[in-house]
Amino acid sequence: MNRSLLGRAWPGAIAVVLFAVFVFPVYWMFSTAFKANKDIVGDTPQWIPASPTFEHFRKAVDADGFWTLVGNSLTVTLVAVGLSLVIALLASFAVARMRFKGRKSFILVMMMAQMAPWEVMVIAYYMIVRDAEMLNSLPPLIAIYTVMVLPFTVLTLRGYVAAVPKELEESAMVDGCTRAQAFIKVIFPLLAPGVMATSLFGFITVWNEFPMVLILSKEPGAQTLPLWLTSFRSTFGDDWGATMAASSLFALPILILFVILQRKAVGGLTSGAVKG
Amino acid sequence: MSAQIEEVAADPAARISRGGAPPPRRGRAAAGAPYLLILPAGLVTVLLLGWTMVKNGLLSFQDLGRRQLIRHLTEWIGFDNYSEQLGSSDFWKVTARSVVFTAANVVLIMALGCLVGLLLARLGTKTRLLLALGLVLAWAMPVVAATTVFQWLFAQRFGVVNYVLDKLGWHSMADYNWTSSQFSTFFVVTVLIVWQSIPFVAINLYAATTTIPKELYEAASLDGAGSWKQFTSVTFPFLKPFFLATTFLEVIWVFKSFTQIFAINEGGPDRLTETLPVYAFQEGMGSQHFGVGAAISILTIVILLALTAYYLRLVLKQEEDEL
Repeated sequence: MNRSLLGRAWPGAIAVVLFAVFVFPVYWMFSTAFKANKDIVGDTPQWIPASPTFEHFRKAVDADGFWTLVGNSLTVTLVAVGLSLVIALLASFAVARMRFKGRKSFILVMMMAQMAPWEVMVIAYYMIVRDAEMLNSLPPLIAIYTVMVLPFTVLTLRGYVAAVPKELEESAMVDGCTRAQAFIKVIFPLLAPGVMATSLFGFITVWNEFPMVLILSKEPGAQTLPLWLTSFRSTFGDDWGATMAASSLFALPILILFVILQRKAVGGLTSGAVKG
Repeated sequence: MSAQIEEVAADPAARISRGGAPPPRRGRAAAGAPYLLILPAGLVTVLLLGWTMVKNGLLSFQDLGRRQLIRHLTEWIGFDNYSEQLGSSDFWKVTARSVVFTAANVVLIMALGCLVGLLLARLGTKTRLLLALGLVLAWAMPVVAATTVFQWLFAQRFGVVNYVLDKLGWHSMADYNWTSSQFSTFFVVTVLIVWQSIPFVAINLYAATTTIPKELYEAASLDGAGSWKQFTSVTFPFLKPFFLATTFLEVIWVFKSFTQIFAINEGGPDRLTETLPVYAFQEGMGSQHFGVGAAISILTIVILLALTAYYLRLVLKQEEDEL
Protein backbone atom coordinates (compact mmCIF):
# COMPACT_ATOMS: atom_id res chain seq x y z
CA MET A 1 0.00 0.00 0.00
CA ASN A 2 2.68 2.36 1.12
CA ARG A 3 4.79 1.51 -1.84
CA SER A 4 2.08 2.01 -4.40
CA LEU A 5 1.21 5.37 -2.83
CA LEU A 6 4.84 6.36 -3.23
CA GLY A 7 4.79 5.01 -6.75
CA ARG A 8 1.82 7.20 -7.53
CA ALA A 9 3.28 10.24 -5.78
CA TRP A 10 6.63 10.52 -7.52
CA PRO A 11 5.43 11.52 -10.99
CA GLY A 12 3.44 14.33 -9.39
CA ALA A 13 6.45 15.49 -7.38
CA ILE A 14 8.70 15.47 -10.44
CA ALA A 15 6.03 17.36 -12.37
CA VAL A 16 5.97 20.12 -9.76
CA VAL A 17 9.78 20.42 -9.83
CA LEU A 18 9.78 20.49 -13.63
CA PHE A 19 7.05 23.11 -13.62
CA ALA A 20 9.28 25.29 -11.44
CA VAL A 21 12.27 24.74 -13.75
CA PHE A 22 10.33 25.69 -16.88
CA VAL A 23 8.56 28.64 -15.37
CA PHE A 24 11.45 30.12 -13.44
CA PRO A 25 13.07 32.15 -16.27
CA VAL A 26 9.67 33.60 -17.19
CA TYR A 27 8.92 34.36 -13.55
CA TRP A 28 12.35 35.88 -13.02
CA MET A 29 11.86 38.20 -15.98
CA PHE A 30 8.59 39.60 -14.62
CA SER A 31 9.68 39.71 -10.99
CA THR A 32 12.94 41.52 -11.79
CA ALA A 33 11.00 44.02 -13.85
CA PHE A 34 8.92 44.96 -10.79
CA LYS A 35 11.75 45.12 -8.24
CA ALA A 36 13.31 48.29 -6.97
CA ASN A 37 16.92 48.71 -8.08
CA LYS A 38 18.36 48.16 -4.62
CA ASP A 39 16.62 44.78 -4.50
CA ILE A 40 17.96 43.71 -7.89
CA VAL A 41 21.59 44.36 -7.07
CA GLY A 42 21.93 42.80 -3.67
CA ASP A 43 24.13 40.04 -2.32
CA THR A 44 21.14 37.76 -1.88
CA PRO A 45 18.55 37.69 -4.65
CA GLN A 46 15.06 38.69 -3.60
CA TRP A 47 12.72 35.89 -4.67
CA ILE A 48 9.51 37.90 -4.49
CA PRO A 49 9.41 41.65 -5.19
CA ALA A 50 8.95 43.26 -1.76
CA SER A 51 8.19 46.77 -2.91
CA PRO A 52 6.88 46.49 -6.48
CA THR A 53 7.50 49.47 -8.72
CA PHE A 54 6.61 50.47 -12.26
CA GLU A 55 9.75 52.59 -12.57
CA HIS A 56 11.51 50.17 -14.94
CA PHE A 57 8.51 49.96 -17.22
CA ARG A 58 8.37 53.73 -17.32
CA LYS A 59 12.05 53.83 -18.30
CA ALA A 60 11.55 51.24 -21.04
CA VAL A 61 8.48 52.96 -22.45
CA ASP A 62 10.16 56.37 -22.33
CA ALA A 63 13.19 55.07 -24.22
CA ASP A 64 13.90 56.82 -27.51
CA GLY A 65 11.55 55.76 -30.26
CA PHE A 66 9.86 53.02 -28.26
CA TRP A 67 6.43 53.72 -29.70
CA THR A 68 7.81 53.90 -33.25
CA LEU A 69 9.27 50.43 -32.71
CA VAL A 70 6.00 49.10 -31.31
CA GLY A 71 4.21 50.55 -34.33
CA ASN A 72 6.75 49.03 -36.71
CA SER A 73 6.59 45.61 -35.08
CA LEU A 74 2.79 45.60 -35.12
CA THR A 75 2.60 46.82 -38.72
CA VAL A 76 5.13 44.31 -39.99
CA THR A 77 3.57 41.41 -38.09
CA LEU A 78 -0.09 42.10 -38.82
CA VAL A 79 0.39 42.95 -42.49
CA ALA A 80 2.70 40.00 -43.18
CA VAL A 81 0.51 37.48 -41.37
CA GLY A 82 -2.64 38.92 -42.99
CA LEU A 83 -1.16 38.85 -46.48
CA SER A 84 0.12 35.33 -46.12
CA LEU A 85 -3.26 34.17 -44.79
CA VAL A 86 -5.09 35.56 -47.82
CA ILE A 87 -2.57 34.13 -50.28
CA ALA A 88 -2.49 30.81 -48.46
CA LEU A 89 -6.27 30.45 -48.24
CA LEU A 90 -6.53 30.67 -52.02
CA ALA A 91 -3.74 28.18 -52.57
CA SER A 92 -4.80 25.75 -49.87
CA PHE A 93 -8.32 25.63 -51.27
CA ALA A 94 -6.97 24.70 -54.69
CA VAL A 95 -4.63 22.10 -53.26
CA ALA A 96 -7.14 20.48 -50.94
CA ARG A 97 -10.21 20.54 -53.17
CA MET A 98 -9.09 20.39 -56.78
CA ARG A 99 -7.13 17.91 -58.85
CA PHE A 100 -4.85 19.52 -61.36
CA LYS A 101 -1.54 18.97 -63.03
CA GLY A 102 1.33 20.41 -61.03
CA ARG A 103 -0.49 20.08 -57.73
CA LYS A 104 2.07 17.63 -56.42
CA SER A 105 5.02 19.79 -57.41
CA PHE A 106 3.39 22.83 -55.84
CA ILE A 107 3.08 21.02 -52.51
CA LEU A 108 6.67 19.80 -52.75
CA VAL A 109 7.87 23.35 -53.43
CA MET A 110 5.98 24.54 -50.35
CA MET A 111 7.52 21.78 -48.24
CA MET A 112 11.01 22.70 -49.37
CA ALA A 113 10.28 26.40 -48.85
CA GLN A 114 9.16 25.66 -45.33
CA MET A 115 12.65 24.41 -44.53
CA ALA A 116 14.44 27.31 -46.19
CA PRO A 117 17.32 28.45 -43.99
CA TRP A 118 16.47 32.16 -43.84
CA GLU A 119 19.09 32.87 -41.24
CA VAL A 120 21.76 31.79 -43.68
CA MET A 121 20.49 33.76 -46.66
CA VAL A 122 20.56 37.22 -45.10
CA ILE A 123 23.51 38.40 -47.21
CA ALA A 124 21.68 37.78 -50.46
CA TYR A 125 18.64 39.62 -49.10
CA TYR A 126 20.86 42.50 -48.10
CA MET A 127 22.25 42.81 -51.64
CA ILE A 128 18.80 42.55 -53.26
CA VAL A 129 17.22 45.13 -50.98
CA ARG A 130 20.25 47.38 -51.28
CA ASP A 131 20.15 47.24 -55.08
CA ALA A 132 16.48 48.18 -54.92
CA GLU A 133 17.50 51.09 -52.67
CA MET A 134 15.02 50.01 -50.03
CA LEU A 135 17.25 49.50 -47.01
CA ASN A 136 15.86 50.97 -43.80
CA SER A 137 12.22 50.70 -44.78
CA LEU A 138 9.37 48.40 -43.81
CA PRO A 139 8.06 47.10 -47.19
CA PRO A 140 10.98 44.71 -47.81
CA LEU A 141 10.61 43.30 -44.30
CA ILE A 142 6.87 42.81 -44.82
CA ALA A 143 7.45 41.08 -48.17
CA ILE A 144 10.13 38.75 -46.79
CA TYR A 145 8.12 37.90 -43.67
CA THR A 146 5.06 37.14 -45.77
CA VAL A 147 6.99 34.55 -47.74
CA MET A 148 8.66 33.30 -44.57
CA VAL A 149 5.36 32.24 -42.99
CA LEU A 150 3.55 31.40 -46.24
CA PRO A 151 4.62 27.74 -46.72
CA PHE A 152 3.64 26.75 -43.20
CA THR A 153 0.34 28.58 -43.59
CA VAL A 154 -0.46 26.87 -46.90
CA LEU A 155 0.42 23.39 -45.64
CA THR A 156 -1.51 23.74 -42.40
CA LEU A 157 -4.59 25.33 -43.94
CA ARG A 158 -4.62 22.59 -46.57
CA GLY A 159 -5.30 20.12 -43.78
CA TYR A 160 -8.08 22.22 -42.32
CA VAL A 161 -9.77 22.77 -45.69
CA ALA A 162 -9.58 19.04 -46.44
CA ALA A 163 -11.19 18.33 -43.07
CA VAL A 164 -14.33 20.31 -43.98
CA PRO A 165 -16.76 17.79 -45.47
CA LYS A 166 -17.08 18.28 -49.19
CA GLU A 167 -20.84 17.64 -48.97
CA LEU A 168 -21.37 20.94 -47.13
CA GLU A 169 -19.90 22.85 -49.99
CA GLU A 170 -21.75 20.82 -52.59
CA SER A 171 -25.10 21.27 -50.93
CA ALA A 172 -24.48 25.01 -50.78
CA MET A 173 -23.81 24.90 -54.50
CA VAL A 174 -26.96 22.88 -55.12
CA ASP A 175 -28.80 25.61 -53.23
CA GLY A 176 -27.56 28.05 -55.80
CA CYS A 177 -24.28 29.37 -54.41
CA THR A 178 -21.36 29.79 -56.75
CA ARG A 179 -18.18 28.03 -55.72
CA ALA A 180 -16.71 31.25 -54.40
CA GLN A 181 -19.84 31.99 -52.39
CA ALA A 182 -19.86 28.46 -51.02
CA PHE A 183 -16.30 28.97 -49.89
CA ILE A 184 -16.94 32.30 -48.20
CA LYS A 185 -20.26 31.38 -46.59
CA VAL A 186 -19.77 27.73 -45.71
CA ILE A 187 -16.13 26.72 -45.55
CA PHE A 188 -14.56 29.90 -44.27
CA PRO A 189 -16.53 30.05 -40.99
CA LEU A 190 -15.61 26.42 -40.32
CA LEU A 191 -11.97 27.25 -40.92
CA ALA A 192 -11.85 29.87 -38.17
CA PRO A 193 -10.02 27.72 -35.57
CA GLY A 194 -7.53 26.62 -38.22
CA VAL A 195 -6.96 30.18 -39.33
CA MET A 196 -6.43 31.24 -35.73
CA ALA A 197 -3.96 28.46 -35.01
CA THR A 198 -2.01 29.12 -38.16
CA SER A 199 -1.88 32.85 -37.69
CA LEU A 200 -0.71 32.38 -34.10
CA PHE A 201 2.41 30.62 -35.29
CA GLY A 202 2.90 33.15 -38.05
CA PHE A 203 2.53 35.96 -35.54
CA ILE A 204 5.17 34.44 -33.26
CA THR A 205 7.61 33.90 -36.12
CA VAL A 206 7.40 37.46 -37.38
CA TRP A 207 7.24 39.14 -33.98
CA ASN A 208 10.46 37.30 -33.07
CA GLU A 209 12.37 37.68 -36.29
CA PHE A 210 15.86 39.04 -35.67
CA PRO A 211 18.58 38.30 -38.29
CA MET A 212 16.74 39.89 -41.22
CA VAL A 213 15.90 43.16 -39.51
CA LEU A 214 19.40 43.25 -38.04
CA ILE A 215 20.81 43.39 -41.56
CA LEU A 216 18.19 45.41 -43.41
CA SER A 217 17.44 48.18 -40.93
CA LYS A 218 20.28 50.19 -39.52
CA GLU A 219 18.15 53.24 -38.82
CA PRO A 220 15.88 53.30 -35.76
CA GLY A 221 12.92 54.55 -37.80
CA ALA A 222 12.61 51.20 -39.60
CA GLN A 223 13.62 48.83 -36.82
CA THR A 224 11.46 46.41 -34.87
CA LEU A 225 11.34 45.43 -31.23
CA PRO A 226 13.71 42.40 -31.31
CA LEU A 227 16.53 44.66 -32.48
CA TRP A 228 15.74 47.20 -29.78
CA LEU A 229 15.66 44.49 -27.14
CA THR A 230 19.05 43.03 -28.03
CA SER A 231 20.63 46.48 -28.05
CA PHE A 232 18.85 47.52 -24.87
CA ARG A 233 21.67 46.26 -22.70
CA SER A 234 24.32 48.19 -24.56
CA THR A 235 22.19 51.34 -24.39
CA PHE A 236 21.28 51.06 -20.72
CA GLY A 237 24.37 49.28 -19.39
CA ASP A 238 23.73 46.73 -16.71
CA ASP A 239 20.32 48.12 -15.84
CA TRP A 240 18.71 44.71 -15.47
CA GLY A 241 15.44 46.07 -14.13
CA ALA A 242 14.83 48.13 -17.25
CA THR A 243 16.06 45.34 -19.52
CA MET A 244 13.69 42.85 -17.93
CA ALA A 245 10.83 45.36 -18.11
CA ALA A 246 11.54 45.74 -21.83
CA SER A 247 11.63 41.95 -22.26
CA SER A 248 8.37 41.60 -20.38
CA LEU A 249 6.66 44.17 -22.58
CA PHE A 250 7.95 42.34 -25.64
CA ALA A 251 6.98 38.88 -24.42
CA LEU A 252 3.60 39.68 -22.91
CA PRO A 253 1.46 39.81 -26.08
CA ILE A 254 2.86 36.48 -27.27
CA LEU A 255 2.49 34.77 -23.90
CA ILE A 256 -1.13 35.90 -23.60
CA LEU A 257 -1.99 34.91 -27.17
CA PHE A 258 -0.26 31.58 -26.83
CA VAL A 259 -1.82 30.56 -23.55
CA ILE A 260 -5.29 31.52 -24.77
CA LEU A 261 -5.00 30.01 -28.21
CA GLN A 262 -2.63 27.13 -27.54
CA ARG A 263 -5.25 24.59 -26.53
CA LYS A 264 -7.39 25.45 -29.48
CA ALA A 265 -4.41 25.65 -31.80
CA VAL A 266 -2.55 22.52 -30.78
CA GLY A 267 -5.81 20.71 -30.12
CA GLY A 268 -6.92 21.62 -33.62
CA LEU A 269 -3.66 20.50 -35.16
CA THR A 270 -3.64 17.14 -33.41
CA SER A 271 -7.33 16.38 -33.68
CA GLY A 272 -7.03 17.15 -37.37
CA ALA A 273 -4.15 14.71 -37.55
CA VAL A 274 -6.00 11.94 -35.80
CA LYS A 275 -9.40 12.00 -37.35
CA GLY A 276 -8.43 13.53 -40.65
CA MET B 1 3.29 15.70 -40.41
CA SER B 2 -0.30 16.28 -39.46
CA ALA B 3 -1.09 17.59 -42.90
CA GLN B 4 0.21 14.42 -44.51
CA ILE B 5 -1.92 12.20 -42.35
CA GLU B 6 -4.96 14.29 -43.07
CA GLU B 7 -4.33 13.95 -46.77
CA VAL B 8 -4.53 10.17 -46.58
CA ALA B 9 -7.72 10.35 -44.61
CA ALA B 10 -9.23 12.92 -46.92
CA ASP B 11 -8.61 10.92 -50.07
CA PRO B 12 -11.13 8.10 -49.60
CA ALA B 13 -13.84 10.67 -48.96
CA ALA B 14 -12.95 12.43 -52.16
CA ARG B 15 -13.06 9.15 -54.03
CA ILE B 16 -16.45 8.26 -52.64
CA SER B 17 -17.97 11.55 -53.64
CA ARG B 18 -16.40 11.22 -57.05
CA GLY B 19 -17.89 7.76 -57.43
CA GLY B 20 -21.29 8.97 -56.25
CA ALA B 21 -22.98 11.97 -57.77
CA PRO B 22 -21.01 13.39 -60.67
CA PRO B 23 -19.52 16.77 -59.80
CA PRO B 24 -21.49 19.72 -61.14
CA ARG B 25 -20.29 20.70 -64.57
CA ARG B 26 -18.36 23.87 -64.74
CA GLY B 27 -17.41 25.96 -67.72
CA ARG B 28 -14.01 26.22 -69.29
CA ALA B 29 -12.96 28.87 -66.78
CA ALA B 30 -12.86 26.19 -64.07
CA ALA B 31 -9.90 24.44 -65.70
CA GLY B 32 -7.77 27.46 -65.04
CA ALA B 33 -9.20 28.12 -61.58
CA PRO B 34 -6.71 26.08 -59.52
CA TYR B 35 -3.81 27.78 -61.28
CA LEU B 36 -5.26 31.20 -60.58
CA LEU B 37 -5.65 30.24 -56.94
CA ILE B 38 -2.07 29.04 -56.49
CA LEU B 39 -0.62 31.81 -58.63
CA PRO B 40 -0.07 34.39 -55.84
CA ALA B 41 1.56 31.85 -53.53
CA GLY B 42 3.74 30.45 -56.29
CA LEU B 43 4.71 33.87 -57.56
CA VAL B 44 5.85 35.37 -54.24
CA THR B 45 7.71 32.20 -53.33
CA VAL B 46 9.58 32.10 -56.62
CA LEU B 47 10.32 35.84 -56.59
CA LEU B 48 11.31 36.27 -52.97
CA LEU B 49 12.77 32.88 -52.11
CA GLY B 50 13.74 31.29 -55.40
CA TRP B 51 15.39 34.39 -56.79
CA THR B 52 17.24 34.98 -53.52
CA MET B 53 18.64 31.45 -53.70
CA VAL B 54 19.85 32.16 -57.23
CA LYS B 55 21.22 35.53 -56.16
CA ASN B 56 23.00 33.88 -53.25
CA GLY B 57 24.63 31.48 -55.70
CA LEU B 58 25.65 34.27 -58.07
CA LEU B 59 27.14 36.35 -55.23
CA SER B 60 29.25 33.43 -54.10
CA PHE B 61 31.18 33.55 -57.38
CA GLN B 62 31.98 37.26 -57.04
CA ASP B 63 34.68 39.28 -55.37
CA LEU B 64 32.38 41.64 -53.54
CA GLY B 65 33.93 43.82 -50.86
CA ARG B 66 33.41 47.39 -49.75
CA ARG B 67 35.03 48.84 -52.90
CA GLN B 68 32.91 46.84 -55.35
CA LEU B 69 29.82 47.55 -53.28
CA ILE B 70 30.22 51.31 -53.36
CA ARG B 71 31.13 51.47 -57.05
CA HIS B 72 28.53 48.88 -58.03
CA LEU B 73 31.16 46.66 -59.66
CA THR B 74 30.59 43.03 -60.51
CA GLU B 75 33.83 41.06 -60.51
CA TRP B 76 33.51 37.37 -61.25
CA ILE B 77 36.19 35.21 -59.69
CA GLY B 78 34.90 31.71 -60.32
CA PHE B 79 35.35 29.27 -57.46
CA ASP B 80 37.90 31.36 -55.54
CA ASN B 81 35.61 32.02 -52.57
CA TYR B 82 34.85 28.33 -52.29
CA SER B 83 38.42 27.12 -52.61
CA GLU B 84 39.49 29.72 -50.09
CA GLN B 85 36.94 28.46 -47.58
CA LEU B 86 37.43 24.76 -48.26
CA GLY B 87 41.18 25.26 -47.87
CA SER B 88 40.94 27.19 -44.62
CA SER B 89 41.20 25.42 -41.29
CA ASP B 90 38.84 28.01 -39.78
CA PHE B 91 35.97 26.89 -41.96
CA TRP B 92 36.41 23.24 -41.06
CA LYS B 93 36.74 24.07 -37.38
CA VAL B 94 33.47 26.00 -37.49
CA THR B 95 31.82 23.17 -39.42
CA ALA B 96 32.92 20.54 -36.92
CA ARG B 97 31.82 22.82 -34.07
CA SER B 98 28.38 23.31 -35.67
CA VAL B 99 27.90 19.58 -36.09
CA VAL B 100 28.94 18.78 -32.51
CA PHE B 101 26.80 21.65 -31.18
CA THR B 102 23.78 20.45 -33.15
CA ALA B 103 24.26 16.82 -32.13
CA ALA B 104 24.61 17.67 -28.43
CA ASN B 105 21.51 19.86 -28.45
CA VAL B 106 19.33 17.48 -30.42
CA VAL B 107 20.28 14.48 -28.26
CA LEU B 108 19.46 16.46 -25.11
CA ILE B 109 16.23 17.84 -26.54
CA MET B 110 14.98 14.45 -27.73
CA ALA B 111 15.97 12.52 -24.60
CA LEU B 112 14.64 15.04 -22.09
CA GLY B 113 11.65 15.94 -24.25
CA CYS B 114 10.61 12.28 -24.46
CA LEU B 115 11.01 11.79 -20.72
CA VAL B 116 8.85 14.83 -20.00
CA GLY B 117 6.30 13.70 -22.60
CA LEU B 118 6.06 10.22 -21.09
CA LEU B 119 5.76 11.79 -17.66
CA LEU B 120 2.83 13.91 -18.92
CA ALA B 121 1.09 10.70 -19.97
CA ARG B 122 1.42 9.23 -16.46
CA LEU B 123 0.22 12.26 -14.51
CA GLY B 124 -3.18 12.98 -13.05
CA THR B 125 -5.25 15.70 -14.67
CA LYS B 126 -4.29 18.48 -12.26
CA THR B 127 -0.54 17.96 -12.23
CA ARG B 128 -0.61 17.40 -15.99
CA LEU B 129 -2.28 20.76 -16.54
CA LEU B 130 0.25 22.39 -14.21
CA LEU B 131 3.24 20.95 -16.03
CA ALA B 132 1.67 21.67 -19.41
CA LEU B 133 1.21 25.29 -18.40
CA GLY B 134 4.90 25.55 -17.48
CA LEU B 135 5.88 23.95 -20.77
CA VAL B 136 3.63 26.23 -22.78
CA LEU B 137 5.05 29.33 -21.09
CA ALA B 138 8.61 28.27 -21.88
CA TRP B 139 7.58 27.37 -25.42
CA ALA B 140 5.78 30.66 -26.00
CA MET B 141 8.58 32.83 -24.63
CA PRO B 142 9.87 34.86 -27.60
CA VAL B 143 13.45 33.88 -28.44
CA VAL B 144 14.82 37.39 -28.12
CA ALA B 145 13.21 37.93 -24.72
CA ALA B 146 14.41 34.51 -23.55
CA THR B 147 17.93 35.39 -24.61
CA THR B 148 17.99 38.57 -22.53
CA VAL B 149 16.51 36.73 -19.56
CA PHE B 150 19.20 34.05 -19.76
CA GLN B 151 21.87 36.73 -19.87
CA TRP B 152 20.42 38.05 -16.63
CA LEU B 153 20.12 34.59 -15.04
CA PHE B 154 23.76 33.88 -15.89
CA ALA B 155 25.02 37.42 -15.21
CA GLN B 156 28.45 37.58 -13.60
CA ARG B 157 27.32 39.97 -10.85
CA PHE B 158 23.95 39.50 -9.15
CA GLY B 159 23.05 36.63 -11.49
CA VAL B 160 20.88 34.10 -9.73
CA VAL B 161 22.69 31.07 -11.19
CA ASN B 162 26.03 32.11 -9.72
CA TYR B 163 24.36 32.84 -6.39
CA VAL B 164 22.78 29.39 -6.21
CA LEU B 165 26.00 27.61 -7.27
CA ASP B 166 27.90 29.54 -4.60
CA LYS B 167 25.31 28.66 -1.93
CA LEU B 168 25.44 25.00 -2.97
CA GLY B 169 29.12 25.05 -2.05
CA TRP B 170 30.74 25.72 -5.43
CA HIS B 171 32.34 28.93 -4.22
CA SER B 172 34.56 29.57 -7.23
CA MET B 173 31.38 30.18 -9.22
CA ALA B 174 30.36 33.17 -7.09
CA ASP B 175 31.73 35.66 -9.61
CA TYR B 176 31.94 33.45 -12.66
CA ASN B 177 31.85 35.10 -16.07
CA TRP B 178 29.85 32.68 -18.24
CA THR B 179 30.80 34.35 -21.51
CA SER B 180 34.52 34.17 -20.81
CA SER B 181 35.16 30.75 -22.31
CA GLN B 182 34.01 28.71 -25.26
CA PHE B 183 32.57 25.89 -23.21
CA SER B 184 30.66 28.02 -20.72
CA THR B 185 29.17 30.20 -23.47
CA PHE B 186 28.03 27.10 -25.32
CA PHE B 187 26.68 25.79 -22.05
CA VAL B 188 24.44 28.84 -21.60
CA VAL B 189 23.29 28.72 -25.24
CA THR B 190 22.55 25.00 -24.94
CA VAL B 191 20.54 25.38 -21.74
CA LEU B 192 18.57 28.15 -23.43
CA ILE B 193 17.86 26.16 -26.60
CA VAL B 194 17.06 22.92 -24.78
CA TRP B 195 14.77 24.74 -22.32
CA GLN B 196 12.83 26.28 -25.20
CA SER B 197 12.71 23.14 -27.35
CA ILE B 198 11.66 20.48 -24.82
CA PRO B 199 8.02 21.66 -24.70
CA PHE B 200 7.52 21.09 -28.44
CA VAL B 201 8.79 17.51 -28.21
CA ALA B 202 7.10 16.74 -24.90
CA ILE B 203 3.63 18.09 -25.73
CA ASN B 204 3.59 16.53 -29.20
CA LEU B 205 4.84 13.22 -27.85
CA TYR B 206 2.14 13.27 -25.21
CA ALA B 207 -0.50 14.07 -27.83
CA ALA B 208 0.82 11.23 -29.97
CA THR B 209 0.80 8.68 -27.14
CA THR B 210 -2.91 9.30 -26.63
CA THR B 211 -3.46 7.80 -30.09
CA ILE B 212 -1.87 4.46 -29.08
CA PRO B 213 -4.58 1.89 -28.36
CA LYS B 214 -4.69 1.06 -24.62
CA GLU B 215 -5.04 -2.65 -25.46
CA LEU B 216 -1.44 -2.74 -26.63
CA TYR B 217 -0.21 -1.68 -23.19
CA GLU B 218 -2.57 -4.06 -21.44
CA ALA B 219 -1.32 -6.92 -23.58
CA ALA B 220 2.27 -5.92 -22.90
CA SER B 221 1.77 -5.75 -19.15
CA LEU B 222 -0.01 -9.12 -19.18
CA ASP B 223 3.12 -10.47 -20.81
CA GLY B 224 5.03 -9.03 -17.88
CA ALA B 225 6.64 -6.05 -19.61
CA GLY B 226 7.97 -3.30 -17.34
CA SER B 227 7.81 0.38 -18.26
CA TRP B 228 11.10 0.33 -20.22
CA LYS B 229 10.01 -2.76 -22.12
CA GLN B 230 6.64 -1.16 -22.80
CA PHE B 231 8.39 1.88 -24.21
CA THR B 232 10.69 -0.10 -26.50
CA SER B 233 8.09 -2.63 -27.67
CA VAL B 234 4.91 -0.51 -27.86
CA THR B 235 5.47 3.25 -27.67
CA PHE B 236 8.61 3.53 -29.77
CA PRO B 237 7.56 1.31 -32.69
CA PHE B 238 4.13 2.92 -32.77
CA LEU B 239 5.53 6.46 -32.79
CA LYS B 240 8.56 5.84 -34.98
CA PRO B 241 7.44 8.31 -37.68
CA PHE B 242 6.94 10.92 -34.97
CA PHE B 243 10.44 10.40 -33.55
CA LEU B 244 11.99 10.55 -36.99
CA ALA B 245 10.20 13.73 -38.01
CA THR B 246 10.81 15.52 -34.71
CA THR B 247 14.49 14.60 -34.57
CA PHE B 248 15.15 15.95 -38.05
CA LEU B 249 13.11 19.09 -37.48
CA GLU B 250 15.18 19.74 -34.37
CA VAL B 251 18.38 19.15 -36.36
CA ILE B 252 17.28 21.76 -38.87
CA TRP B 253 16.19 24.26 -36.21
CA VAL B 254 19.27 23.91 -34.01
CA PHE B 255 21.75 23.88 -36.87
CA LYS B 256 20.51 27.19 -38.24
CA SER B 257 19.96 28.89 -34.89
CA PHE B 258 21.38 32.37 -35.12
CA THR B 259 19.58 34.64 -32.67
CA GLN B 260 20.52 32.80 -29.48
CA ILE B 261 24.23 32.52 -30.26
CA PHE B 262 24.52 36.00 -31.70
CA ALA B 263 22.58 37.77 -28.98
CA ILE B 264 24.29 35.99 -26.07
CA ASN B 265 27.86 36.74 -27.06
CA GLU B 266 28.05 37.53 -30.82
CA GLY B 267 29.97 34.31 -31.37
CA GLY B 268 32.63 35.24 -28.82
CA PRO B 269 34.91 34.94 -26.94
CA ASP B 270 37.46 35.24 -29.77
CA ARG B 271 34.91 33.93 -32.29
CA LEU B 272 35.08 30.57 -30.54
CA THR B 273 31.32 30.01 -30.42
CA GLU B 274 30.56 30.88 -34.02
CA THR B 275 28.55 28.21 -35.75
CA LEU B 276 28.09 28.27 -39.51
CA PRO B 277 25.19 30.78 -39.71
CA VAL B 278 26.99 33.20 -37.37
CA TYR B 279 30.30 32.62 -39.19
CA ALA B 280 28.65 33.43 -42.54
CA PHE B 281 27.22 36.60 -41.03
CA GLN B 282 30.50 37.73 -39.46
CA GLU B 283 32.57 36.98 -42.57
CA GLY B 284 29.99 38.46 -44.95
CA MET B 285 28.46 41.41 -43.14
CA GLY B 286 30.97 41.99 -40.36
CA SER B 287 34.13 41.95 -42.48
CA GLN B 288 32.21 43.15 -45.55
CA HIS B 289 33.32 40.25 -47.74
CA PHE B 290 29.87 39.65 -49.13
CA GLY B 291 31.02 37.16 -51.76
CA VAL B 292 32.80 35.08 -49.15
CA GLY B 293 29.75 35.24 -46.89
CA ALA B 294 27.52 34.07 -49.74
CA ALA B 295 29.86 31.16 -50.46
CA ILE B 296 29.81 30.14 -46.79
CA SER B 297 26.02 30.30 -46.75
CA ILE B 298 25.84 28.03 -49.82
CA LEU B 299 28.23 25.59 -48.14
CA THR B 300 26.10 25.76 -44.99
CA ILE B 301 22.98 24.88 -46.95
CA VAL B 302 24.81 21.97 -48.61
CA ILE B 303 25.94 20.66 -45.22
CA LEU B 304 22.43 21.02 -43.79
CA LEU B 305 21.03 19.15 -46.80
CA ALA B 306 23.59 16.40 -46.30
CA LEU B 307 22.71 16.10 -42.60
CA THR B 308 19.01 15.85 -43.32
CA ALA B 309 19.16 14.01 -46.68
CA TYR B 310 17.83 10.78 -45.21
CA TYR B 311 14.76 12.48 -43.78
CA LEU B 312 14.13 14.71 -46.80
CA ARG B 313 14.22 11.71 -49.14
CA LEU B 314 11.76 9.91 -46.92
CA VAL B 315 9.37 12.88 -46.82
CA LEU B 316 9.54 13.41 -50.55
CA LYS B 317 8.94 9.73 -51.23
CA GLN B 318 6.02 9.64 -48.83
CA GLU B 319 4.44 12.67 -50.47
CA GLU B 320 4.99 11.18 -53.93
CA ASP B 321 3.16 8.04 -52.88
CA GLU B 322 0.31 9.83 -51.22
CA LEU B 323 -0.53 12.71 -53.50
